[in-house]
Amino acid sequence: MSFPAMLKKGALPPLLSVPNRIHPHAMTAISYTELISGFRPQLLKFARLQLQDDAAAEDAVQEAIEAALKGIERFAGRSALKTWLFTIVRHKVIDFLRERGRTVQVSSLERDEADMDEAFDALFRENEHWSPVSRPRPWGNPEEALEQQQFWQVFEICLEVLPARTARVFMMREFLGLETDEICTTLDLSTGNCNVILHRARAGLRQCLSEGWFGAEAARC
Amino acid sequence: MLTCKHTTRLLSEALDRPLGKREYLALRLHLLFCRGCRAFRQNIYVLRKVSRSFMGRDDGPN
Ligand SMILES: [Zn+2]
Repeated sequence: MSFPAMLKKGALPPLLSVPNRIHPHAMTAISYTELISGFRPQLLKFARLQLQDDAAAEDAVQEAIEAALKGIERFAGRSALKTWLFTIVRHKVIDFLRERGRTVQVSSLERDEADMDEAFDALFRENEHWSPVSRPRPWGNPEEALEQQQFWQVFEICLEVLPARTARVFMMREFLGLETDEICTTLDLSTGNCNVILHRARAGLRQCLSEGWFGAEAARC
Repeated sequence: MLTCKHTTRLLSEALDRPLGKREYLALRLHLLFCRGCRAFRQNIYVLRKVSRSFMGRDDGPN
């Protein structure tokens, strides 16, 4: 999987900016609502990626926002509120996935997964060692990347271009923190299959982030 | 000797389960001689760190 050329670092539009620090006394009910609506697109994107179901994603986010508005006094800052919102959405997503179990439509996604494997195979020579041009290089300054909004835009795009099932297994493992056993059981996959999918996701995201962020950095200098 | 492709699979699985002794030793040996796979390992470790901060991240200082 390669990073979409149009979306490379530098070509991205600036994110809608929300003030970082808000004086507690300045927080009226209206500004809380505004603040929370500011997070809505991101929460929705997260829930949609996980659930592949727009209606269920809307429900999860709506319930999280309503719960947040009820308990709003407890949150002194934007950061705590956001973490809390994501935690509620995360719990709703897990409940939903557990309930729904294995009713996941996979058929049309198989080809995308095969395409990803083909792209991965192309990084190697006949003997399955790295071909010199595609040999991975260490990523510089990961801490710095985490602090940049543009990095997170690149990360989200890389997630979005993953095949749905691949993205879901990856996110269950790395975002929701579920053990592989539980993921396999929930999605009715064998352990071997789960491992293959996680490897595919990591390899694909690694490649995408190398091209979309870390490699772009090196090439610029 | 492991191939690089096989090594990437073990490096990924090492994030999800404890490797067996033989797997672990074969992996260590390969990494000793292969900087491409060492970089792959660093990249997917960073990927894990990035994913963990994705949920709780904020655009400002905490
Ligand atoms: Zn290697």
